[in-house]
Amino acid sequence: MAGRHRAPDEDAGMDAESQGPGGASGGGVRVAERPQEPSPVPATHRRPWWPAVRTYLGVAVILVWGLAPFYWMVIVAFRERSHTYDTTPWPTNLTLQNFSDALDTSSGNNFLSAIVNSLIIGGVTTVIALLIGIFTAYALARMEFRGKFLLTGVILGAAMFPPVALVTPLFQLFGDIGWIGQYQALIIPNISFVLPLTIYTLTSFLSDLPWELEEAARVDGATRLQAFRMVLLPLAAPALFTTAILAFIFTWNEYMLASQLSNESTRPVTVAIALFHGPNSFTIPYAAIMAAGTLVTIPLVIMVLIFQRRIVSGLTAGGVKS
Amino acid sequence: MAGSAEADDARAAAGVIDSGRGARADVEHAHRGGGADRKSDGGGQGGPGGGVFDRLRSRVAGFDKRLIWFVGPTVVVLAAVIGYPVVRAAYMSFQQDKGLDPDTGMFVQGGFAGLSNYKTWLLGDCGGGAWSCVPGTLGHDFWPAVGITFFFAVITVSVETVLGIWMATVMGRSFLGRSLLRAAVLIPWAIPTAVTAKLWAFIFAPDGIANKIIGQPIAWTTDPWASRFAVIIADVWKTTPFMALLILAGLQMIPNELYEAARVDGATAWQRFTRITLPLVKPALMVAVLFRTMDALRMYDLPAILTGDSGASPTTTMSILVTADMRQGNFNSASALSTLVFIIIFIVAFILVKFLGANAVRTQDEQRKGGAL
Repeated sequence: MAGRHRAPDEDAGMDAESQGPGGASGGGVRVAERPQEPSPVPATHRRPWWPAVRTYLGVAVILVWGLAPFYWMVIVAFRERSHTYDTTPWPTNLTLQNFSDALDTSSGNNFLSAIVNSLIIGGVTTVIALLIGIFTAYALARMEFRGKFLLTGVILGAAMFPPVALVTPLFQLFGDIGWIGQYQALIIPNISFVLPLTIYTLTSFLSDLPWELEEAARVDGATRLQAFRMVLLPLAAPALFTTAILAFIFTWNEYMLASQLSNESTRPVTVAIALFHGPNSFTIPYAAIMAAGTLVTIPLVIMVLIFQRRIVSGLTAGGVKS
Repeated sequence: MAGSAEADDARAAAGVIDSGRGARADVEHAHRGGGADRKSDGGGQGGPGGGVFDRLRSRVAGFDKRLIWFVGPTVVVLAAVIGYPVVRAAYMSFQQDKGLDPDTGMFVQGGFAGLSNYKTWLLGDCGGGAWSCVPGTLGHDFWPAVGITFFFAVITVSVETVLGIWMATVMGRSFLGRSLLRAAVLIPWAIPTAVTAKLWAFIFAPDGIANKIIGQPIAWTTDPWASRFAVIIADVWKTTPFMALLILAGLQMIPNELYEAARVDGATAWQRFTRITLPLVKPALMVAVLFRTMDALRMYDLPAILTGDSGASPTTTMSILVTADMRQGNFNSASALSTLVFIIIFIVAFILVKFLGANAVRTQDEQRKGGAL
């Protein structure tokens, strides 16, 4: 049955999904909307209402799944402390008190400085990882060289690497050279963790860019580096932006190494939230913790909502391309 | 990292396919390139990049010098931050932790330990022969931690795969607000795992909403099985939507015409799913499973924050045990443990790549040529 259609179908599928001008802009191409074509089966042969109902039921379940716990965190964050354990599912007894509690330093939580630390660590890591990654991605996408397969394997291995295998030696090393409590103790390991991600995302974007412009520039006398800088880089700007968002989110979310290699002065938000404590040790200040969690999450949620298409295409780029 | 690993999944998933695709040509390169490539690119030596590349340059005629600038920084960073610590951990694992010598009662500085650190973990040998580690010592906790880690990995990845396929098929249909739904399912993925853990700790608190809905006071954070399921529920919540997106991307590669043809031929929805969707989405699915499994095996944040990061917690994974041992000041035995974790994960990765990854690459290749249909 399929044999008849095979080749043209494959091509059509690929054209629709992975080619076209969207590739050059690095936009949401791969998980692009595919308008459902009208079915050739006459409508009378199908039950007209059940599939639609089933779809919207599924959509509702998925929406509740994704949003309910997050919604609960935000609701509790805005709710008066005495009502933390209320089960009312809509906003009641609203207050901003929990947010000022979360940012209050008098009980030993320095959440504001943790946010600043995370911004510094995430920002610097992202910039350096992009700087290093774009060149390697260029080499992987555009140059033929010996050991390319091996390099791909090493980068792949680094992506699968269990970070716990680094904790003990890095802790000792950074202790010896006085780096515990310094930003570079967190930035440098994070670079090595987001590099594989950066390289794969950029490689897949760069391979989608048309060769011809670069070739033309080189025919016109530009060196390879000039062609890279003046032709490819501007074209790759959206891809760089997408990759930057992803790299930043990952660094912002990193916990394990930060929990071992930071101290009060460099503690990022993830560790600060895990260590968050109240004025005494008898009760866990969940209201303030939910407020802190909301503070940490809202910027990410906004980013995800705005750049949803880019993020999805960045995450799945190449992964399922045939 | 564990929290941030999902994207590596996707990215690295790309790598499996990409490297597989380029494999044929590149393998030939690698063979002809001989040992020089292997040594230089393998990382792990921790030497300065320049020396390595000097050697490479002298060995390989016509070597493109610009490659040093393109690829060098990556190699140096990976060698310095991953290669060097692994070698150092392996070295440290053969040293004795400083502590009281049981024979003399004196404080000793350590020294060469041979395999004794490994014996402690693998055989539960705390100095009195196999299985002499008593409850309360970390040596006692090794095999339970390995068991729990694999238990988490198998349960979470299976549940996430089944739910992910279902979610992907729903999200692949056409309905109003499709992109909105995709943004919504990204939210659990974007929330830092540390926040996820605190959020679920609150939901599972004694007075929390979970117990109020169930109407029973379940001790989610102290009862061994309840806390294990708390971790599984939180992980499944966080990761399933992401898995669904990966599978969805695979689903959308399937040409619509196939479904139409099947429909015309009178195939039921279930037949269309099992005969068209599953076989064609398999490559993407296998890659997603591979990387989710790797991710689950290094699970750390979620159980550590949700139910505690001591060695004796019922949700202690291999990674948590390493830091628990480190906190007790046993850097050398922690190094032996982290080396063991590394080896275990490496073996699993090898097996999975061999059975899933290679298969995925081949299927993808066949599919591209049209052979799989």
